[in-house]
Amino acid sequence: MKIHEYQARELLAKAGIAVPPARVVESAAEVAAAFDSNAVPLQVVKAQVFAGGRGKAGFVKLVKSAAEAQVAADFMFKNRMVSVQTGPEGIAVKKVLIAAAVDIAHEYYMGLVLDRAKATVSVIASAEGGVEIETVAHQRPEAIIREALHPALGLQGFAARRVAGRLGFTGRQASEVSQLLLKLAALYAQYDCSIVEINPLVLTKDGKVLAIDAKINFDDSALFRHPDILAMADPAEHDPLELRASKANLNYIKLDGDIACLVNGAGLAMATMDVVQLNGGKPANFLDVGGGVKPEGAVEAFRILLSDSKVRGVLVNIFGGIARCDLIAEALISAGREVGFKVPVVVRLEGTNVQAARDILAGARSELPTLQSAMDLNDAARKIVAATR
Amino acid sequence: MSILVDKNTRVICQGITGGGGGAFHTKGCLDYGTQMVGGTSPGKGGTKDANGLPIFDTVEQARKATGADATMIFVPPPFAADAICEAAAEGIRLIVAITEGIPVLDMVRAKKFLAEFGDQVTLVGPNCPGVITPGECKIGIMPGYIHTPPAPGKRRVGIISRSGTLTYEAVWQTTQLGWSQSTCVGIGGDPVKGLDFVEVLAMFQADVQTDAIIMIGEIGGTAEEAAADYVQKHVTKPVAGFIAGRTAPPGKRMGHAGAIISGGEGTAESKIQAMRAAGITVADSPADIGRALNMAMRG
Repeated sequence: MKIHEYQARELLAKAGIAVPPARVVESAAEVAAAFDSNAVPLQVVKAQVFAGGRGKAGFVKLVKSAAEAQVAADFMFKNRMVSVQTGPEGIAVKKVLIAAAVDIAHEYYMGLVLDRAKATVSVIASAEGGVEIETVAHQRPEAIIREALHPALGLQGFAARRVAGRLGFTGRQASEVSQLLLKLAALYAQYDCSIVEINPLVLTKDGKVLAIDAKINFDDSALFRHPDILAMADPAEHDPLELRASKANLNYIKLDGDIACLVNGAGLAMATMDVVQLNGGKPANFLDVGGGVKPEGAVEAFRILLSDSKVRGVLVNIFGGIARCDLIAEALISAGREVGFKVPVVVRLEGTNVQAARDILAGARSELPTLQSAMDLNDAARKIVAATR
Repeated sequence: MSILVDKNTRVICQGITGGGGGAFHTKGCLDYGTQMVGGTSPGKGGTKDANGLPIFDTVEQARKATGADATMIFVPPPFAADAICEAAAEGIRLIVAITEGIPVLDMVRAKKFLAEFGDQVTLVGPNCPGVITPGECKIGIMPGYIHTPPAPGKRRVGIISRSGTLTYEAVWQTTQLGWSQSTCVGIGGDPVKGLDFVEVLAMFQADVQTDAIIMIGEIGGTAEEAAADYVQKHVTKPVAGFIAGRTAPPGKRMGHAGAIISGGEGTAESKIQAMRAAGITVADSPADIGRALNMAMRG
C-alpha cells in the first residue's frame, strides 16, 4: 500500500524525525492561509499524487508569496498531471502540500528496503541525494552505501553510526544522523513497511538535518495488524475497476491494451499477457481469479473485464488444478446471459473437469456466438489477436 | 531416489482443521498415496479429522505420536511464521509452507530462526504449491493426476518453479511429450522464502534419477540470474526454462508478493538473457516449455 508524501511526513514527524513546517490543502480557497501559517518567505507547492515525475510536469513549484502559491495551486487543481508514469490521460490532483523551503547546503539520500537476496532489510544511503537513487546506483554504484540489518535485532547503533560516518558526517551531526537512521529503521519495523525513503535528506546552511521529501510503502500482507495505516489509504488514487476487483477477491491490474485476460494463477496470468504480446496483441489487464474462485467471483471477473471500454476481445486461460474448468465455463455462460459478449471470446481450458467444461460450452454454443475454443495457449493467443484485428 | 520427498516420507498438516484448505488438501494428499499421519490445530488436540487422522495441539505431540518427518502448513498468515518455527524447533526435517500472505518481516525473522538449525531443516515456500515426487509422495495443492511417475524407458525431468499454475503447465506438457517427472518443487512467489533455485538445482544435479531440469521464474529479484550463474558453473544436465512477466509494467505487483520490477531490477529480459548466456534453453511462450526441454535434451 502507498501513502501520500504529506502522510509520510506526518509519520516521520511522529517518529521524531524533523520535517519543515507544512500544510496540506484540498481546495484553492485554503492556499493563502496555509502559506501564511508556514510563516517563511520561500515555500514549495507540491501536488499530492502517487505518480512520479511531478517536477518536470510543473506540479512542484517554488513560490515567494501567497499570491504565487495561489497561482501554482490553482494550476494543479485545475489540470490533470501528465508524466512518464501516468500515461497520456494523466491524473487529477485532489490535495496539495504547501511546505516551508529551506536553505540547502547538501542533499543526501536515506532509505530502507527489503534486500531479497540477503533475506533482510537493508539501509541504502548516499551523499548524492535529491536525484533518483536508481540513477545514482546505475551510474556511480560506489556512491551507494548499503548496510544490512540484523534479521532479528534490527539496525544496531554501531551500524547506524557507520552509515553516518560513511556519508561524511562528523561530531554532533554524525550523532544526529545516526539517531535519525535508527528512528527510521524502527518506523520500518513498527509499521511493516516495504520501503521507507527520505530523498532528499538535507543539511541546511545553518547546520540542521531535515527530511524534505518522503516516500513510505507498506507490506500489503501485514496491513491486518495496522488498522491505523489502512485508514490512510486513498481510494481516489486507485483505478475504480481495481478497487472493485479487490472487493471480489480478484487480483486485477488494469493495463492499456485491448485484449482482456482471465486466468487462474499469478504466474500463468503474467505468462498469458506475455503470449498475447508475442502474437502481436496488447493485454488490457492482469487478472488472476485464484484457485478457490467461486461462481459469483468468476462472473464478477467477466463483468469487470467487459466494463473496460477499450476491451475488444477476451482471452480465457484456465489450467484447472484447484480451480475447476466447469465452474469457469458456467460463469462464462452466466456472464454472457447477463451482460452479453459483443466482443470475441477465445477459451483455452485444461486440467480439472475439462471435459465437463467443454460439454457445457458446446451445449451453449447458440448463446455465445462470439466464442471460439483453442487447443493450447499459443493457439488461443493467435485466435484472439486475429479476431480483434 | 528423487529429491526432498519419497514413499517413506511421513507428513503432518499444520492447520488441518482450518478454512485455509488444510482439511481439503490433506484428503487430496491421502488420495494420492502420501503417508499423511496426522495434523495439528491448537485447541483441537485429541480429536480426529474427517479421514480419521489424529489431531494434536502441538507439533511436539504430533511428532512423538506419529514419527512425522515432514509438515504441510496451511496455518493462516498471522500465525504461519510461528508455525514454521515450531516445526523447525520440533525436529521436522522438511517444512512445506503453502500459506499465502505471510508478512515479509515475519518471514525475515523466521528464516533467521531456521538458519540456526543449519541443514537439519529445509523450508519450501511459503506461498507455493508444494512438492511432489510422482507416484510416491505429494505434499501440497497440485493436481496429482497430471504427473507421470518414472517408468522404464521414460526420461525424468525435475521441475523448479516460482509459480503454481505454470508448474502445472510444464508438468502437463512434459507428460504429453512422453516424459516423467522425478520431483517438482514449487519454491513459491514470496520475496523471502526457503529453498531458492540454486539449492534445488544442486539437488537435481546430484540426483541420479533426474535426467534434465526445467526452471520457471518470473519478474522480481535476481534469483534467476544467480541460478543461471550456478548452472553455468555446476550443472551438467540439460536445463530448459521460462520467465513470466515480459509485459509487466515496472512498479506494479503482479499477483505474487515477489513479482515486482523495482529500481530497474528484476526484469524478465535480464533473467532471460542471463539464462541463455548460461546455456539454458528458454521458451518464449509458456506453451513451448515442453518443447524447450526436448531441445535442451538434444543439446
